[in-house]
Parts: sequence; C-alpha cells; structure tokens
Amino acid sequence: MKRNHLLILVLAGLAALFSGCATVHPWERATLADYAMRPDRDPLHNAMFEHIYFSREAASGGRGVGGSGCGCN
Amino acid sequence: MSSPTKLIAGLACALALTTGAFAGVKVGQPFPDLAGYALEGTLPAREGQVVLIDFWATWCAPCKASFPAYSELQRELAGRGFVLLAVSVDKTSGPYEEFIKRFAPSFTTVRDGKQKLVAEVQVPAMPTSYLIDRKGVLRAVHSGFHGAETIRSLREEIIRLLEEKP
Repeated sequence: MKRNHLLILVLAGLAALFSGCATVHPWERATLADYAMRPDRDPLHNAMFEHIYFSREAASGGRGVGGSGCGCN
Repeated sequence: MSSPTKLIAGLACALALTTGAFAGVKVGQPFPDLAGYALEGTLPAREGQVVLIDFWATWCAPCKASFPAYSELQRELAGRGFVLLAVSVDKTSGPYEEFIKRFAPSFTTVRDGKQKLVAEVQVPAMPTSYLIDRKGVLRAVHSGFHGAETIRSLREEIIRLLEEKP
C-alpha cells in the first residue's frame, strides 16, 4: 500500500514535469508579437464584439489593452 | 538500489536538469566568447574595451525605440574605448536587413539567427543589454528599455568602467 502511494506521488511529479506546458522565452516571441495576434486588429469585428458585449453585460469599454503578445519590457 | 529509490533519483535528476537550463550569465562572471556562436556579421574589436551587448529584435517595439539613443551613446563614447554591439535574435534575415538598411545605426549589429547565444545568456526580456568591462567580465544587466532613465543609468555605468584602470 505504501509503495503504491509512493508510485502515485512519483507519477504525479513526472506528469507535472513533462506536461504539455512550455515556456516561451522572450527571444522566441516573434509570432506572438505579430500584428495578426492583436485582439483589436479588425475594427469592424471589434465594434460588433463590443456591441454584443454591451448588450449582454450592459457594460462597454474599459478593457482595451495595447500591444500584442511579445511581452517586451 | 530499490525501485522507488531509483524513481526518486530519476525525478531529482530531471528536476536538476530542468532548473539548470535556466542558469544564464550572472554579473561578475565572464561573458561568453561571441566568436563561438556563428553570429551573422562582422564582430568589432573588443579587446580591452568596455562593451555593451544589446539583444534586440525587429518585432520588439522598445528595442527599435532604443536605437536612436544607443547611436548617440556610441557616437559620444566610442573614442574613449567603448563599443556597442547589437545582437539581433531575428530568425529570418529579411526584416533584420531591411531595418538596418533603413535605420543605418552608428554601432555594429550582428544576427544570432540560430538563437544560440541568446539561449546561452538567457535574456530575461526583450531588449536586454549586458555591460562588460575591459577584462570581459559582465558588470551590469539592463532588462528592458525605459527611455531616458535607461540611457542615464547606462551612461553613468559605462563612464565608471571607462575610468577604471585596466
């Protein structure tokens, strides 16, 4: 029983270590920094989305964050 | 060695390897020899000079914003034994060459297309600059570019290193 517990613990540790999560290093963020990754790249889509958001939540604006995903500075 | 002990030992090794991969270069250590990283471009003479190595990329807005100020810094201090070297981490040469042609910086730029040097150094952010003294030892690291504040701090540190006796 004790051995089984240890095995589960080790397997959980290995699962955490070799999970699908990966660190994107600062120098590897060229694709994330691309204009296409900006959530506000299409003004028409943006306006439509805002309209739906306002209709649903009775709130608008206040969630604009500039820049894309390069995480610079 | 029993089976669970082997598993634990394996886990510990994996953890050690994972954390070791993020070591990077620390202040007070010699900076890696740039000649060993197949950088694209001609490296400037660095022997006995105070060197500022700036890691940048064409897709990084603060990096590009730093170029005019770095050009000015190079023009001001080049005659006193200071060398500024900008290392691009762009994987493709097109945007890099276009930017260099358009901006024509007063300092040397090279490209780390295979990203070997930047991975060795483990830069914490883009851009990051590394200030190296005349003996090749890393003396300061500036993470990010914050305009006049970064330049003022860098300028003070560079002048201090230039005034140190070899």
